[in-house]
Amino acid sequence: MIHAFTIALYALRESLRRRVFVVVALLTTAFLFLYRLGAGKAFEETEDAFPPVGVEPDEFIGATLLGMAMFATLFLGTVLAVFLTLGAVRGDAERGLLQPLVVRPLGRTTFLLGRFAGAAAVCAVYVVLVFTAAVVLTGNAGGWWPDRLVAPAVELAAAVVLLVALSLLGSVFLSATTNGIAVFMLFGAGLVGGLLGQIGEAINSPTLLTVAERTSWALPFEALYQDGLQRLTLDARGLTRFAVELGPFGGGQTYGSWLPVWAALYLAGILTAAAWGFARSDL
Amino acid sequence: MRGIDLELADGELFGLLGPNGAGKSTLVKIGCGLVRPSAGRALVCGTPAGSLAARGATGYLAELFRFPGWCTADEVLSLHQRLARSHGGEAERAGLLELVGLSDARRRRVETMSKGMQQRLGIAQALVGSPRVLFLDEPTSALDPAGRRTVRGILEELRARGIAVLLNSHLLSEVELVCDRVAILLDGSVVASGRPDELMRPRGVELETSEGIRVVERASRDDVPRLISEAVAAGEQVFGVRVLRSTLEDVYLDAVGEDA
Repeated sequence: MIHAFTIALYALRESLRRRVFVVVALLTTAFLFLYRLGAGKAFEETEDAFPPVGVEPDEFIGATLLGMAMFATLFLGTVLAVFLTLGAVRGDAERGLLQPLVVRPLGRTTFLLGRFAGAAAVCAVYVVLVFTAAVVLTGNAGGWWPDRLVAPAVELAAAVVLLVALSLLGSVFLSATTNGIAVFMLFGAGLVGGLLGQIGEAINSPTLLTVAERTSWALPFEALYQDGLQRLTLDARGLTRFAVELGPFGGGQTYGSWLPVWAALYLAGILTAAAWGFARSDL
Repeated sequence: MRGIDLELADGELFGLLGPNGAGKSTLVKIGCGLVRPSAGRALVCGTPAGSLAARGATGYLAELFRFPGWCTADEVLSLHQRLARSHGGEAERAGLLELVGLSDARRRRVETMSKGMQQRLGIAQALVGSPRVLFLDEPTSALDPAGRRTVRGILEELRARGIAVLLNSHLLSEVELVCDRVAILLDGSVVASGRPDELMRPRGVELETSEGIRVVERASRDDVPRLISEAVAAGEQVFGVRVLRSTLEDVYLDAVGEDA
């Protein structure tokens, strides 16, 4: 356990010292600045518009904007997750960074869990902070606040933690570049599945909804994101809810109470597979 | 690897020689637990190589290694102390850096160090936790002659401390100078092994006389008095006599072939 903590701290310090955080903080600040600017304009310019009867304009705009910010946060969190872990095993072994560490008396599973804990902590804290900032900026710009705050933030963090685990698993078997491409493609596949679900909701297509549902269960980070998205307007009813769900950031699908259980089992399975593969790797 | 049977005693310096692809690094990696043998067994201090107990008794310097560029020399050693469960603290770190001649570079980042300095730091890292067995894979490949001499001094000190060292090197002269025993590998098998002086065969006796320098092939040290008497009897003045032996390089090239 002490060894896992040592490796996790090593991963954290690596992120800090390699100035990853400086770059990420600068770019995130730029994103949030642009988001606040765009959100302010969006609320301002729709003040005099006449929305369809029954649609709350502030709720519709606020939910759509925050949904978009949630997607952007997930994307930025994914970028961070991938770049912190894409070469954690094979990439570091090819560069000669791994061997001096794993010949020490710590289990390879311990090493892997340490790397996972370090990267997962960084990414989870990052997405929670960015999402919270987006919520505050949306409220500041238009006076609209989501119906739920904690659950979407936790689900977003959990989605990124799953992506960290997937990237770590890939790093056991694939070279760094191949792994990075593979994880982004998985992310893209999940995204497409989610969008198909949105379209399926809008046109009432059972086939598209089935495809989306199966994609989301196969790639539960997408299900977590969609579930968090729909919680933003959980209490909205009538035309407002319908209008929000029609948009690309509406979060039409719900996954019920089994989703956290499945996500936990999925995470355990991914980490077990990574540990199994790493234990059998010749370095 | 086939049919390799090697044993290292405490305080023994064992040199592994062989051309590229002979299996030297693989053998070292099996000893460290980085590669799992498909058959046979390797033991370190009586425990299976790669087990936690074996790794606790092992120090390793890889042929191609790198430390994080953002770490200072002190931080690299500190990290390895924690992983090796060493309680040596600052005194151990300072002692190791002094041993490899890096005392002044303690707070220097790895990325600003020369390759030779990083190699020295690698040796210091391998010694963290006072291992009983040390696996060194090409430890002097990036060092200048002065650095190589320093490493030879370190190896001799390790021998005095009773640490067993498996040294994998292409530098035959270095192995000849420091190793107690050597093994020459070719295609995964040991083709020659023994003490360097055992492996190096007599090559004759060189006589320097008033008639010039000549080599009497197949003569040995025992033939020297007779050769001098014969030369003096023949009216020659003898200025010098040298018993010739093959070098480790000759032995190596005989074992692996000139093309290897």
